Amino acid sequence: MTHPHHTTLLTDEELTRNFAEIAPPLTADAALLEANTCLFCYDAPCTAACPTLIDVPAFIKKIATGNLRGSARVILEANPFGHSCARACPVEVLCEGACVLNQRDEQPIKIALLQRHATDYVLEHRVRLFQAGPSNGKRVAVVGAGPSGLSCARDLARWGYAVTVFEAQHQPGGLNTFGIAEYKLTPAVALAEVQDILDLGVELRTGVTIGRDISFDALLQDHDAVFVGVGLGLTKRLGIPGESLVGVVDALAFIAHLKSHPYRETQVGRRVVVIGAGNTAIDAVTQAKRLGAVEATIVYRRGEAEMPCFDYEHTLALRDGCAFRFHCTPKRILGVTHVEGLEVATADGIEVLACDMVITALGQAARDEFQLPSHPHVFAGGDYANGGAEIVNAAAEGKQAAAAIHRKLSDAHG
Amino acid sequence: MADLRTSFAGIESPNPFWLASGPPTNTYGQVARAFDAGWGGAVWKTIGEPIINVFSRYGSVDLGATRMMGFNNIELITDRPIADNLKEIAEVKRNYPKHAVIASLMVESKRETWHAMVQRTVDTGADGIELNFGCPHGMSERGMGSAVGQVPDYTCQIVEWVKEVATIPVIVKLTPNVTDITYIARAAVKGGADALSLINTINSIVGVDLDSFAPYPAVAGKSSHGGYCGPAVKPIALHLVSAVAGDPAVRIPISGIGGISTWRDAAEFVALGAGTLQVCTAVMHYGFRIIEDLTDGLSTWMDEAGHRTLDAVRGRALPNVVKWEDLDLNYHLVADIDQAACIGCELCWVACEDGAHQAIRKLGRGDEGRGTGGPVVEIIEEACVGCNLCSQVCPVRGCITMRQVSNDFAPVTWKGYAAGTGKLAPRSEHFHTATWDRI
Repeated sequence: MTHPHHTTLLTDEELTRNFAEIAPPLTADAALLEANTCLFCYDAPCTAACPTLIDVPAFIKKIATGNLRGSARVILEANPFGHSCARACPVEVLCEGACVLNQRDEQPIKIALLQRHATDYVLEHRVRLFQAGPSNGKRVAVVGAGPSGLSCARDLARWGYAVTVFEAQHQPGGLNTFGIAEYKLTPAVALAEVQDILDLGVELRTGVTIGRDISFDALLQDHDAVFVGVGLGLTKRLGIPGESLVGVVDALAFIAHLKSHPYRETQVGRRVVVIGAGNTAIDAVTQAKRLGAVEATIVYRRGEAEMPCFDYEHTLALRDGCAFRFHCTPKRILGVTHVEGLEVATADGIEVLACDMVITALGQAARDEFQLPSHPHVFAGGDYANGGAEIVNAAAEGKQAAAAIHRKLSDAHG
Repeated sequence: MADLRTSFAGIESPNPFWLASGPPTNTYGQVARAFDAGWGGAVWKTIGEPIINVFSRYGSVDLGATRMMGFNNIELITDRPIADNLKEIAEVKRNYPKHAVIASLMVESKRETWHAMVQRTVDTGADGIELNFGCPHGMSERGMGSAVGQVPDYTCQIVEWVKEVATIPVIVKLTPNVTDITYIARAAVKGGADALSLINTINSIVGVDLDSFAPYPAVAGKSSHGGYCGPAVKPIALHLVSAVAGDPAVRIPISGIGGISTWRDAAEFVALGAGTLQVCTAVMHYGFRIIEDLTDGLSTWMDEAGHRTLDAVRGRALPNVVKWEDLDLNYHLVADIDQAACIGCELCWVACEDGAHQAIRKLGRGDEGRGTGGPVVEIIEEACVGCNLCSQVCPVRGCITMRQVSNDFAPVTWKGYAAGTGKLAPRSEHFHTATWDRI
């Protein structure tokens, strides 16, 4: 149900500006300067900090020598989602946070932007870096076309497996396609990255839910191994009165709608409250603000130090003019048919926050379409297995699973 | 305030910084602006029978993101009429009487031609003449430039002709493209030269376009070897200046040229015996304004170090340039790492392990995960040969320093040791750390 007053008041120009990427690419000259600033550490801490162990000094050195294709190969070999990680990785707690220049009280090397410089090159020039291996006659099913599943599929295809990816949604990419703030990663980039993997001969079947359309047992019967990377389910419910009022929106649904429609078709309140303080909550609150909310406030039951979002994300929201209310527990959403306010408990007692939209971002619940059998040829990774982490973790786990499947299926006794 | 005034072979200038003969000294307007900016002198772009230049003349060697670390050119001498150049020299001299104005000359190797050219130059009121015996490209194919400067007899002969009519000091500019520059220097002295200037540019091809396979700088897909200069050539120039300045058979003033970009470079040339300093590439890169820090930096350093005049600095490093056989074999250095300053890049480790003497131990961050907080590398003192490499690759200035280890042995040179006198202190042992650890 739509809200009568929730159409943005911003102009198209304002919306375009608000959703433009926050970290524009480096120019060729800037990339050269930055690449040449890298010290090329031996046994580099940036590499050790990357879940996919990208050889960062190696790819930066290749940028410095003008070998962009080779640079992208180093990145994408280690991380099939090198394009999206360059845009959406929390690098301040990973590679850039580990850069030795921090020890010298200097800014770390802009590793993410350099990674983007190299990977953009192969994206723009449609360079094919990898080929499918000669067929080994073995079939693997991948459930879920997100970063973990497709990373697994990419390596298996290179090693000669026939891989079929089953995706419940109608588009591949998982959260990469519709779940990441628009100013960080656009669906176009996410889908192009997926296409590179599908181009290796990986079969994609969208709109198929395993456990409903095809049973897990049938899948296992038809394939030599199954990898499950279905991610997490819907956002957890608040469990408070008023949750079904018009104007209560799931954060991921809000972001997905925004990313799959012209900006002004996504409903946004004038005064928006986001419940939760994880990275998705930040994506929701900043995008609500950028979409035209006059006030956009994070409501969190614990304190600033306990917020699960990264410092970088917190800063981003503050810079966007978003407000934060800590030690503030939602009790009831007020309203007759539409959201009119949020009643919260604070240290000073009960308080009503005036608002006309509540976005819930309490984290996602686990999926329950099927029971994962304990079977030597069934593997799992990504958010589904780790409970929710970064793209780079999903990519790493997908690759590790591919290697494990390869070992298992190459073993005569497997 | 240090006194930078310079008297060089009788030529006075307010400071030792002269523009070298080249594109920056091609016209009155350039030289006048340079003097206004603070340059002490200028050697006019070489004058001779006008030539025709090609389009595309300069090639550059970039180092990382740094542009023009090395530079070369296939430009010839001036393409302007002799009369125009001489008229402008006279005009500059009239308007800037206290500045040094030197005419660089290059004409065909005939006595009468040189006589006429020198006479016309003297008539302009120029302070001196520089004979361009060094230009390695183009003109040398026509029997001039380095074609003269590579043959001692030719050098001597032409200097003699010039000196027959010159009433102003004659500086001979030497080419580095020879096996032993002192032979040419001595020939110039023999011919009567009042001073020498060096180095001219070095034969070079700076690179090749990998799409067209045309060397740089490309002229319709082809190129020619050109004269190399810029910061990259400074070490070669310093060596050749010291070789000539240290030659007891020379003993005439030397104008130092070759990659001078900063006051530090300049001070080093002076310490190795240079009287004046000529600069070209740095001006072609940044303009005449660089003179401000050349003079300011030099005089600040002189003030702080207590050198009141350039004469107090000149040649001070020369006695320390000795033969290898005269170095002390018992002087013992080891590297020290300031662990508090170390940022853990491990560049010293890989440099020592792969590129030098396996005298640094890696303490295993790579194996044990990051963030242990302890030292990442340490010097194996008994294996360290004190080569300096680790301190040179270290990106944190002052983090790795070289420390002298005293011993009870008297200094001994190779010359002495080979002659059976003197005792060697125990040497560093040669370790193969990585290999041993893995056995």
